[in-house]
Amino acid sequence: MSELKGWREIPIGGVVPLSSLEYRTGDWKVFRPVIDEEKCVKCGNCWMFCPDSAIEWDGEGVPKPNYEYCKGCGVCAEECPVKAIKMVR
Amino acid sequence: MTAVKQVIMGLNGDEAVAYAVKQCNVDVVSAYPITPQTIIVEKISKFVNDGEVDLEFIKVESEHSALSACVGASAAGARTFTATAANGLQLMHEILYITSSLRLPVVMAIANRAPSGPINIHCDHNDSMGARDSGWIQIYSEDAQEAYDNVIQAFRIAEHPDVLLPVMVMMDGFLITHTLQNVSVLDDYAVSEFVGYRRVDMIKVPAIHGDKEVYRMLNPRYPLTFGPLDLFDYYMEHKMQQIETMKNAKKIIKEVHDEYAKLSGRFYGDGFVEPYKADDADFLLVGLGSTMGTVKEVVDDLREEGFKVGSVRVRVFRPFPEESLVPLLRDKTAVGVLDRGISFGSYGQLYLDIAAHLYGRMGPILIDFVYGLGGRDMPPSLIKSVFREIIEAEKNPEPVLRVRGVRG
Ligand code: SF4
Ligand code: SF4
Repeated sequence: MSELKGWREIPIGGVVPLSSLEYRTGDWKVFRPVIDEEKCVKCGNCWMFCPDSAIEWDGEGVPKPNYEYCKGCGVCAEECPVKAIKMVR
Repeated sequence: MTAVKQVIMGLNGDEAVAYAVKQCNVDVVSAYPITPQTIIVEKISKFVNDGEVDLEFIKVESEHSALSACVGASAAGARTFTATAANGLQLMHEILYITSSLRLPVVMAIANRAPSGPINIHCDHNDSMGARDSGWIQIYSEDAQEAYDNVIQAFRIAEHPDVLLPVMVMMDGFLITHTLQNVSVLDDYAVSEFVGYRRVDMIKVPAIHGDKEVYRMLNPRYPLTFGPLDLFDYYMEHKMQQIETMKNAKKIIKEVHDEYAKLSGRFYGDGFVEPYKADDADFLLVGLGSTMGTVKEVVDDLREEGFKVGSVRVRVFRPFPEESLVPLLRDKTAVGVLDRGISFGSYGQLYLDIAAHLYGRMGPILIDFVYGLGGRDMPPSLIKSVFREIIEAEKNPEPVLRVRGVRG
């Protein structure tokens, strides 16, 4: 572990020089969302509602949850209008 | 001596604040209407609608969202303004601390209004006093003119690289916000020159960018995270930065006040406190806001009657100006503190600070007068009787807490 710095040495406001790509929240989850490609109508709701922007979507096909970041909250499954997303253990 | 051209406009306090915002090169305003602040938001949205100002007005569904939107905008580098009062300020409470701890220089006008309940729309200071500990700089205005001047100064103070803290500018609800006054406004160009445009501060991230400094703002090219988890290993260091910065902010508050005084010809005491006939007085009244204007009249009356009285208006409440205030009060016989707020179970908030800062310094007898809650009037006759109590304080030093203007 690196040595802890004093208050004069750290940036103000607690900003961290990393993007959210560095925070892999995927290991928080118990359940993961699985999209039924047959049922999905490609509306993009899950992509829009995911609080961690963990769903990747090209704007046309079936969206893909990125399990490295998906924290398993289930919001996407709740918001899918055709119940195409199942949360599985 | 006035250095630049000014015109006199008939404005109430809210309109004066909106006018200042219009002149200050603000990028983003997000606010939610609440009496007695509503005119500020109305005026600004009208300026935007009429193309008189080039700023983004973000409409939201609550004050919690309003300040949250300001946090996002400010973190993205925008000069940001909002305004609220009473219950709206209370709804922002969580985000107040977030704004100051993320060191975002948001400026907010507060139209002081008594918090509910029972529901009241008139002035007292319990709303902004409830935000006293949130890490914002707090400046209390005496009238519409000062509210205008304070908002302009607030942007310079907040965004100064040695400060980077949010600033609240207070004005008494209705007494200032809705009272028409002759306000001298500076010319647009002079204000623009004075406040400039927001310059985002830079930080070094050696591990990632080597010697290069990056802007401390949300920028996909040089990503930063604002508001991450900060536990027992670093949280206290960040609080230490806030403690130190509040102290150091005094220097900047003073500089900005003095520079603005040169530009406008208007100054407010030494920038922190405004004494009135205080030097040779034996008895003083200290307070905040519009009441202190009336107090000056009463001081004049009592001086004519031969009493050695004076007053001190506290303009900057956070950081608390002990260096300016203590020497003024230390040698007096008795000092009354006017508190338009109360910490239930203790004293008024201004009294608490004054007592704490005088402790161990051979101070005067201190008496706390709580007045004007929920807009209860404070006429000259009542101020006069308060002064009489101060003059008799040596004989009657108890009780310390006296609520005045209330029916028994
Ligand atoms: S479970 Fe939650 S985090 Fe995971 S993809 Fe769905 S909405 Fe996003
Ligand atoms: S919300 Fe459901 S239907 Fe819409 S894209 Fe996502 S999985 Fe498909």
